[in-house]
Amino acid sequence: MTAIALRSLRKEYGGQIAIADLDLDIREGEFFTLLGPSGCGKTTLLRMIAGFNSIEAGTISFDGVVINDKPSAARNIGMVFQNYALFPQMTAAKNVAFGLQTRNIGKGESARRVEAALHSVHMDHLKDRLPGALSGGQQQRVALARALVISPALLLMDEPLSNLDAKLRVEMRDTIRQAQREAGITTVYVTHDQEEAMAVSDRIAVMNLGLVQQVGTPAEIYRNPANRFVAEFIGKTNLLERDALQRDGRLVVELGEGVTLDITEVVGKTTDGTMQISVRPEAVRAADSGIQAEVVDETFLGSHSQVRARLSSGETIEFLEFSHRASLWQRGDKVTLQLDTSMLTFFDAEDGVSVMRGASK
Amino acid sequence: MTAQTGRFDGWTAVAVALTGGYLLMIIWPLVLVLINSVAVGGTFALAGFETFFSSRLYYGTLINSILVTVCVTLLSLAIAFPLAYFMTMFRVMGNGMAQVLILASMMSPPFIGAYSWILLLGNNGMITQLVQDVFGFKPPSIYGFVGIVLVLTLQLVPLIFTYLMGAWRTVDVSLLEASESMGITGWRRAVQVITPLLWPTVLGGSLLVFVRAFADFGTPMLIGQGYRTVPVLIYSSFVGEVSIDKSFAAFVAVIVIIVTLAVFLFQKYLVDRQKISMTAMRSIEPKRLTGWRNIAIHAYVYGFLALALAPLIVVVISSFRNTLYGQFVDGYSLRNYVGAQRDIFRYVGNTFSIGLTALAILVVVAILLAYVTVRRRGPLSGTLDTMTMVPYVVPGLIIGIALVTAFSQGPIILTGTFAIMVIALAIRRLPYSARSIAALMHQFNTSIEEAAISLGASKFRTLVQVIVPALAPGILSGAVLSWVTIITELSTTLFLYNTSTQTLSLGIYAQVIRGQLGTAAALSTILLVLTMISLFLLMRLPGGQRALRV
Repeated sequence: MTAIALRSLRKEYGGQIAIADLDLDIREGEFFTLLGPSGCGKTTLLRMIAGFNSIEAGTISFDGVVINDKPSAARNIGMVFQNYALFPQMTAAKNVAFGLQTRNIGKGESARRVEAALHSVHMDHLKDRLPGALSGGQQQRVALARALVISPALLLMDEPLSNLDAKLRVEMRDTIRQAQREAGITTVYVTHDQEEAMAVSDRIAVMNLGLVQQVGTPAEIYRNPANRFVAEFIGKTNLLERDALQRDGRLVVELGEGVTLDITEVVGKTTDGTMQISVRPEAVRAADSGIQAEVVDETFLGSHSQVRARLSSGETIEFLEFSHRASLWQRGDKVTLQLDTSMLTFFDAEDGVSVMRGASK
Repeated sequence: MTAQTGRFDGWTAVAVALTGGYLLMIIWPLVLVLINSVAVGGTFALAGFETFFSSRLYYGTLINSILVTVCVTLLSLAIAFPLAYFMTMFRVMGNGMAQVLILASMMSPPFIGAYSWILLLGNNGMITQLVQDVFGFKPPSIYGFVGIVLVLTLQLVPLIFTYLMGAWRTVDVSLLEASESMGITGWRRAVQVITPLLWPTVLGGSLLVFVRAFADFGTPMLIGQGYRTVPVLIYSSFVGEVSIDKSFAAFVAVIVIIVTLAVFLFQKYLVDRQKISMTAMRSIEPKRLTGWRNIAIHAYVYGFLALALAPLIVVVISSFRNTLYGQFVDGYSLRNYVGAQRDIFRYVGNTFSIGLTALAILVVVAILLAYVTVRRRGPLSGTLDTMTMVPYVVPGLIIGIALVTAFSQGPIILTGTFAIMVIALAIRRLPYSARSIAALMHQFNTSIEEAAISLGASKFRTLVQVIVPALAPGILSGAVLSWVTIITELSTTLFLYNTSTQTLSLGIYAQVIRGQLGTAAALSTILLVLTMISLFLLMRLPGGQRALRV
């Protein structure tokens, strides 16, 4: 198992900064995900760790040893690619054996390890097929076995599921998670899919514009996003803009129709100013009292329905309804909404940074 | 600071070695030609220029060449466009077979066409004698302008045809349906919708035909007689039928290089400017025609096929005719083969030993070249890429002259050796091979290479164990195609051989020039059979048909 430390890491493409002075620690045996929209630098960072991209400044170290100048082939990594990258002329078993062959491992042991690796991804019955005769999901299983069989110090995965269909994606991510747990290999996983990231990761680094926005467990970054970008990128949210006011030594915001929230305890900052409040759809429910709203539409989705409503301030708010009413709300219906204060996050409206007490940086 | 930024490794050494090889084997010889063209007896002089423009005997060849080339280009286009149109839009019986035969006629040895039309329509040709016997008059002569244009056109129609068919394959049927829905059909559609779509291809293909026709040596040499073109002038001043003037030959060679280079640059400019990118989701479904229209398109397709294949059939038949002092007489036998068997064994042996050696070197060098230029971008590989294309622009005859100039004296003497034949053939074909392998490598996913490297394989091991085996089918069919062009190559090696390194195509040329028509026909038949077997093999290879599509 290997711990990875990235220090003041920098990458430029023709003057454009792709990664700007990035620091990150990945713990031993951890399933660590780099999550962000396309162009955020997550794949660039992964390829720097793999040794396929050069490093302009800073260091990458494995277990305290700087590996900047180590060629990729000597870094002992296993890599899984988005497009599988199986050697097209070799059978599944030969693909898996390739890394063992370059390590000069004897025939007998090699065959045993290939067998075990293919078994762990449930591909032993198709070991003599060429990649062309395998489905996308099967190819990715072989690719995973190929990366794991060499017992790498580090497993790197670059959007391994994005070429698969939705159902297979869920199935494959369980296989990946299970195989990683069994092998106990430190893993860096790149994806743009926040749901996938939440499902597989021990910790997630949310990236945007070449910067790490927040590092934390899936629950931490969902419940306590460090800034507006993270709040909007992870899950769905509504952003309401309100002024924070000092009243009798307490800090309050007025939501509407005289409904005020006392946020003295939750917000770390005592100064007043304009704030943005992140309201998750599940933090809103219809109640007998609260703020007034007018239904825009309701979409029935089976287990629940999704409602959009307009507040008297003109803002639109989206929330989930689990009640079993006989008929859906119609446009123009009046509703009263209550917000679960414990599920709200407050941001400085100017820089979008969380002002919550104990907000992670 | 990192492993990547320095990047001085084995591959840099390979790139340097390849560059050195190119400089020595191509650039240096061509520079010598350039120097010779303006230097007489060690002093700078424009004597070549003065001589060339002083006599119609000389500058006339340029006019002749341009006339021939323009006629051939326009005629080829005029014949190939309807051919491709009919074969794409309409049901033609035996379409697949016909396409294969058209390709085969393109790949057949170029000068056999010329020689065969002489057998048909020459002074003692089969048709000439038939007409004379039946009608009592001599049909118009095949020698000269008409013959050259006829032979080259038949030779080059398939080239434009394959380009056009390639372009047709990218036209989506919805474009045709859209124009039909707007009421534009038939010939109006062909002119208003299809022609603009195919225009860049047509232009590109025509200019390639232009260059080929302009640089062709074998055909005007054999069938031109008094009608001399520029390549013939170069040849005769170089070997000296009247007087040897190598400086003058070099000067004319420079003119040819300038013309072909200008046409290539013009073509590149046009193609880059007018690139239309299309991919067909649904390609065109051929329609069944009825009545006279159906008969007409079949007559057109098979009429062309008959004309294109006639020379090949004639050569084969002629090879069994009896000869006396080289001329054909009545009766059929195997005498041409038996009589020349010693020569035949020598030619065939040389063709295989020289050809296969050249092919092996060619494939290895082309793989390295392609890898270095595709995967190792940098100033050095950029230069290498440009140099690779030099033999593509410079006609074979001139490459031959350059090699003989550089290596018949001075520090390295190679003329007449096995080595120089191999080098010349490999060089000639290198641009095509390197390009096709580079195209394969471009399509090859970089992450497959990265996967190999991440598994601990070195770059060289990745190339040998992963990339080359994965691209093997494409490389193999490219190699077979190269083999066909190597065994039919004439002009490059014309100055470089001696009797111990004479190949089949050189043998045919020598026998025709010597008037040994029977032996020439026998040799041509053997070469033709060899070519056809190779093409047949190519068709059977996976992806082989694609390799033929230019």
